[in-house]
Amino acid sequence: MSGPVERERQSQTTASTELLAQQARGRSSTQAPQFQTSPVERGKQLQRRREVHRGSLLVANFASAFESLWANRLRSLLTTIGVVIGVAAVIAAMTLTQGASVLIQARLSVLGTNTLLIVPGAATSSGAFSSLGSQQSLTQGDADALASIPHVVQVSPVLSLGAQVIYGSQNWNTRIQGVYPGYQQIQGWEIASGRWLNAHDELAGLPVAVLGQVVANSLFGPSGTNPVGQTIRIGTQMFRVVGVLQPKGSFGAFTQDDVVFVPFTAAVIRLKNTGYVDQIQVLVDKAEHVDAVQRAADATLLKRHRISAGSPADFQIRNANQLLQTAQQATQTLTLLLVGIAGISLTVGGIGIMNIMLVSVTERTREIGVRMAVGARRRDIRNQFLIEALTLSSLGGILGIILGLLVGWLMTTNFGVPFVPQPLSILLAFGVSALVGITFGFYPAVRAARLDPIIALRTE
Amino acid sequence: MSDREVQLVQGNEQSIPVTQRRPPIVLVRNLTKVYRLGETSVPALRGVSLTVGAGEFVAIMGPSGSGKTTFMNLLGCLDRPTSGDYWLVGRKVSQMTPDELADVRNRRIGFVFQGFHLLARSTALQNVALPLMYAGLSRAEQERRARRALELVGLGSRLHHRPSQLSGGQQQRVAIARALVNNPALLLADEPTGNLDSRTSIEIMAILQALNARGLTIVLVTHEADIAAYAHRRILFRDGQIVCDEPVTATRSAQEELLQFYQASPTSSDGYRALPAEKER
Repeated sequence: MSGPVERERQSQTTASTELLAQQARGRSSTQAPQFQTSPVERGKQLQRRREVHRGSLLVANFASAFESLWANRLRSLLTTIGVVIGVAAVIAAMTLTQGASVLIQARLSVLGTNTLLIVPGAATSSGAFSSLGSQQSLTQGDADALASIPHVVQVSPVLSLGAQVIYGSQNWNTRIQGVYPGYQQIQGWEIASGRWLNAHDELAGLPVAVLGQVVANSLFGPSGTNPVGQTIRIGTQMFRVVGVLQPKGSFGAFTQDDVVFVPFTAAVIRLKNTGYVDQIQVLVDKAEHVDAVQRAADATLLKRHRISAGSPADFQIRNANQLLQTAQQATQTLTLLLVGIAGISLTVGGIGIMNIMLVSVTERTREIGVRMAVGARRRDIRNQFLIEALTLSSLGGILGIILGLLVGWLMTTNFGVPFVPQPLSILLAFGVSALVGITFGFYPAVRAARLDPIIALRTE
Repeated sequence: MSDREVQLVQGNEQSIPVTQRRPPIVLVRNLTKVYRLGETSVPALRGVSLTVGAGEFVAIMGPSGSGKTTFMNLLGCLDRPTSGDYWLVGRKVSQMTPDELADVRNRRIGFVFQGFHLLARSTALQNVALPLMYAGLSRAEQERRARRALELVGLGSRLHHRPSQLSGGQQQRVAIARALVNNPALLLADEPTGNLDSRTSIEIMAILQALNARGLTIVLVTHEADIAAYAHRRILFRDGQIVCDEPVTATRSAQEELLQFYQASPTSSDGYRALPAEKER
């Protein structure tokens, strides 16, 4: 208490001594005392005193912001919706694409970085391209020719067809794949019971089959019979089940385990009479040899298909890395798109905040006048309204994060994608929403700070 | 003098600076203010000079358009003069920047307005603490001093009431507490009784007189002659100039009038003192 009084006395004393000094110098034209310190010095003194408890002013600003937002809670909520939607969109999109890319990476790493996939090119009909793989160009002979390339460990042609599989009263529509015994190693399939296809099966074209987990469950689950040794019907042909595979997992509606493998020869003879194959898979011994093997395979196939240099090839060779890149590009494009949408939503939300802050400044003109009259500086008023805008947009951000995570969780659960919330993107979304508040709250805050206290006080 | 008033004087002796034999609180020389309305310029003040010494109680009167409001705004450091000089307690404030003026308003001047001008959403305590918040005091110190100021004006039991829960007289007391809380050198009251009935007006004037008795310098703007009669000095404005500056010969005592009110109808109110304990509304 004595502090201010003491200061008061000091300044008065200095002022009166100054007055005496002036009179002594004969400058009595103005009898008024002069303040002795320079304006700069004075400014520093004020600054020092002001900074002592800035924190309490900041806390009070936040408290008053919450109070004012709560007093107009419906209006505040409606205002934040733009920001809420923007942030929720980003968070939900990030969660979904992150989950998808984690899954894709996991799947492709199972496929292995050492694998080459060769598919027929797109068929052309009078110059118009159909979809990739529609052309019939690859043969079993092509596959066998690739086996002699150095560093190639395994090669398998794949013949795919859809068919109905029947056991007893149970039936199931599934994908049948005719493959070489080496396919197990290429794809990393593991046996749950029984055995995989062997060389004898292949050579003799025996009607034997290895079932994926889904097919085994569908056909044999109801009766509880052990599938191994049982005879099933694929289309019109009878096949004996020799093994059941370990599950590999699923991606949403698509599951890898909904499949039946049969010897390639058996598939050609009994199920799909064709000279062409749907794809050829090649396993290379080491990752660093993949590129060399790819070039060699390309040359071999071009030669076998008698395609001269410069002409378009009738096949495509892909490796897992390329597939990974394609998948990542797809998710990146999707992310970019969603971020764009979020940007638009946040801008609209920001304009909403600016709008409501302008209304708030107009409504509270007299309050601003009162605050100025009792000593608020312009920047105090400006900060008060900036903090209010910041609070508004940050609350929108928090609501948006909660909503986005909820939507993301629902979507990932629905699509069977892992739910991987990204702390960084959540932090980023919060930061962006705060930035929106500051950016769009600045103009209203500056307008409030520039009010003339006299006019503000007179406003009703 | 009632017990309560003795308390008032003794309890807050330190909070009002001793201003005897000091430079004048207000020293104004040739102050002019010209408003520009498009092409034309309207002179609101045409060379006003005035000295208000420490401990004075001055009433400024004048018809509307006489320049008294403009003068009040300049005294309150809410505005800057077109020309002329103004020293407030020895500091030349007429050339200060807006931020410096804000600081002067914060520390040297207390305002009491006709319309109370309290923040509707804040409690009495928060309203009174507002100047201390901008002065950069700690929260604890803010609350301690705001509480004392409210107790001083007899609202110690209404600390957490909002303006809407208080009577007009109580609201004006909160405003007075807010004006006093930063130990100002000058209290500016702009029609402080304009929105109050005559009985409450006398109560408010009694508080102002009690504060003045302890040395607080008060400048009061009013258009009511009987309110101006509570002051010790009367200044009359006309056409932007001071036309009359005279001592009030028969100063009314709000304290005594309250006592008469009380004696006339003892049951109507328990308050005849400067700081009556008001009833719950």
